[in-house]
Amino acid sequence: MMRKEIFIRYERCMGCHSCELACAVSHTAARDLFGAVLGGERPQKRLYVDQVGRVKAPAVCRQCEDAPCVAVCMTGAMHSREDGVNVVDLPQCIGCWMCAMACPFGAVGRGEGKAIKCDRECLDEEGVPACVRACPTGALVFKTVEEFEAERRLEAIASLK
Amino acid sequence: MAKSCMASLDQAVCEMLEKARRLKVETVWDRYQAMLPQCGFGETGLCCRHCLQGPCRIDPFGGEPKTGICGATADVLVARGLDRAIASGAASHSGHARHLAHTLKMAAKGKARDYTIKDKAKLRSVAARLGIPTEGRSIAEIALDVAEAALADFHEKETPVMWVATTVTKKRAKLFSERGLLPKGIDYEISDIMHRTHYGADADPMNLLVGGLRCGLADLAGCYMGTDLSDILFGTPQPVVTEANMGVLKADAVNVAVHGHNPVLSDVIVAVAKEMESEAKAAGASGINVVGICCTGNEVMMRHGIPACTHSVSQEMALVTGALDAVVVDYQCIMPSIATVAECMGTKLITTMEITKIPGAIHIDFSEETAGENAREIIRLAIETFSRRRGKPVDIPQYKTKVVAGFSVEAIVKALAKLNAQDPLKPLIDHIASGNIRGVCLFAGCNNVKVPQDQNFTAIARRLLKENVLVLATGCGAGALMRHGFMDPANVGDLCGEGLKTVLTAIGEANGLGGPLPAVLHVGACVDNSRAVALAVAVADRLGVDTDQLPVVASAAEAVAEKAISIGTYAVAIGLPTHVGVMLPVVGSSLVTKVLTEKVKDLTGGYFIVDPDPESAAQKLLAAIDERRAGLGLSVPGGGRR
Repeated sequence: MMRKEIFIRYERCMGCHSCELACAVSHTAARDLFGAVLGGERPQKRLYVDQVGRVKAPAVCRQCEDAPCVAVCMTGAMHSREDGVNVVDLPQCIGCWMCAMACPFGAVGRGEGKAIKCDRECLDEEGVPACVRACPTGALVFKTVEEFEAERRLEAIASLK
Repeated sequence: MAKSCMASLDQAVCEMLEKARRLKVETVWDRYQAMLPQCGFGETGLCCRHCLQGPCRIDPFGGEPKTGICGATADVLVARGLDRAIASGAASHSGHARHLAHTLKMAAKGKARDYTIKDKAKLRSVAARLGIPTEGRSIAEIALDVAEAALADFHEKETPVMWVATTVTKKRAKLFSERGLLPKGIDYEISDIMHRTHYGADADPMNLLVGGLRCGLADLAGCYMGTDLSDILFGTPQPVVTEANMGVLKADAVNVAVHGHNPVLSDVIVAVAKEMESEAKAAGASGINVVGICCTGNEVMMRHGIPACTHSVSQEMALVTGALDAVVVDYQCIMPSIATVAECMGTKLITTMEITKIPGAIHIDFSEETAGENAREIIRLAIETFSRRRGKPVDIPQYKTKVVAGFSVEAIVKALAKLNAQDPLKPLIDHIASGNIRGVCLFAGCNNVKVPQDQNFTAIARRLLKENVLVLATGCGAGALMRHGFMDPANVGDLCGEGLKTVLTAIGEANGLGGPLPAVLHVGACVDNSRAVALAVAVADRLGVDTDQLPVVASAAEAVAEKAISIGTYAVAIGLPTHVGVMLPVVGSSLVTKVLTEKVKDLTGGYFIVDPDPESAAQKLLAAIDERRAGLGLSVPGGGRR
């Protein structure tokens, strides 16, 4: 089966930060908003909703196949897992931020001196990432490249009507 | 060199903003950046939190979900949200008015020795309008009846809200009555909105909007009553010459800023400050310098010529100067952040109202019985702070403009009477008919962090003045225009078109001013938008038409507060095309947007123009004025009907 990726339909982003919240919560011990808040956890998000002019958009790690963040990591902390997801091995991270410099999407964050990034350790029982699940407008979609491209083609054709 | 920045057109603000950044004092502009992007569901009005099944959010692109959990559509969510904003605005203005009604009642009973009836003529005219007998009765008796009539207007009674029924044209009162828009009671309408927007109540967007319009008229009552009672207690404003902007602060004086909206305390502070000059001098100060911020500032400027330090979104900047010894606040539009800035700058922040306390501030529990003592305690705190500040450097941006303010309707009519004593409004009407005055625009409302401060106000006002539109201003809109010299008569030549220049000069010279009136007439605080209504109603009555036929428009070019939404609603209800320069949270419903910008015209004659671009907004306002002129059979610049 082809691997699914997170794609962004930029025109649909409402800037509501639901994806950020869901991402952070999925990385808590409680794995639920109220449990985390009541338990005093301060989880971090791994994607970022920003705004330039009137355009709002999430920035998500692309999980690049030939990932610059992995290529530049000197300690080997940033590495590709067997499933192809790029993750940080925190004990090895020395906070040199080469990965942050190399990432073209600004998707590497800083957590207590160590790199922090999307690790897909947030999938629900259907295998959908928390951010995608949380997006109320469908701005984030989780599809294979083929599915997404097919959708794009249909959209392009529809716009010719 | 003059400073400029993206945040504000006011150089004083830019200088202080630079200082704040240097000192790492967080400001409203920093917090705005940190808030971006703002949630689009809220921005479009498509977020509902009225019940515990929510929050509900509806997809603004027509996808799923199309309704909230209860089944409420986008139209219902948006209409309910708008209604609640109107109710909050009405509650604020009428809360302010109720406060004054209680003060008047206590003054009439002799229970508040620091208050007197300053304007007996206004008391009699308000009483007459309300049908309260005045012949052969004492001032105290009349005042007590007026205060009780005011308090009676809050609840449901035999008569509708008198501060609406008797303040609009007869035709309009009849129209309101026929269309179910006449408020039954001010509190009744606010409560009614909270009821109908509760879970599972009103789900007809049109019915919700009609309820909102009626609540907007309850807000008119609150505003009008606030103005009337303030004038009775503290005097009706007459033209005064003063100054605006941070250059009015004095390094060597005890600087006290009054901030908020209500004259009940600030008027007493102004009086007490004069009495306590010697105490300040004994502490080594050159005197006590009371300055205004926001609408409390407008109140004391209009009546006593107290200079305005700054307004609205730049309130923190006044504290950043380091020159303010005390900021005394009452209620509304006071950013809680000033407590932090006050702490950074060594300023005393003093809250005075039971309903508005801020952590970090000193609270002095103000009451009418002890107003004078409260004011003295406050001034003493300021003098104490001055003693500690004395000799230390402060940063006062050296910018100030001359301001001629104080244009109550009474003052405008009095000035016009110098041209025609028998029929004071005739010269105004003649000038409108001849086209010397193409129309009238009222600028109202706040400064919004989303707009570079004053940009929309000044751009639209400049355009309209050149097109011979007579401009009135209230609230922080007036603050914006005064800081940029629009209220200095010396600038009339540069700002105004030929026709308007002729009119302002004729009135100014007939009044012995040796020159014109200022280009923009300051008619008061935001509560005093009622004065603009009073003027429009007087002109309409004199012409025998209704207010929706007049070439009169309004603009809240940089609106913020829910009060601005309720003011806009009553402006639309009395028939005015009303511009709002920032997006209202209604675009999530095409129905509500269409009703507000078009359909409501069939009901009241007024409508909203929502346009964040000042240039095209000015064009739309001019087009609306010309449409009205054509309707009255008056000439339209460029000729013909549009």
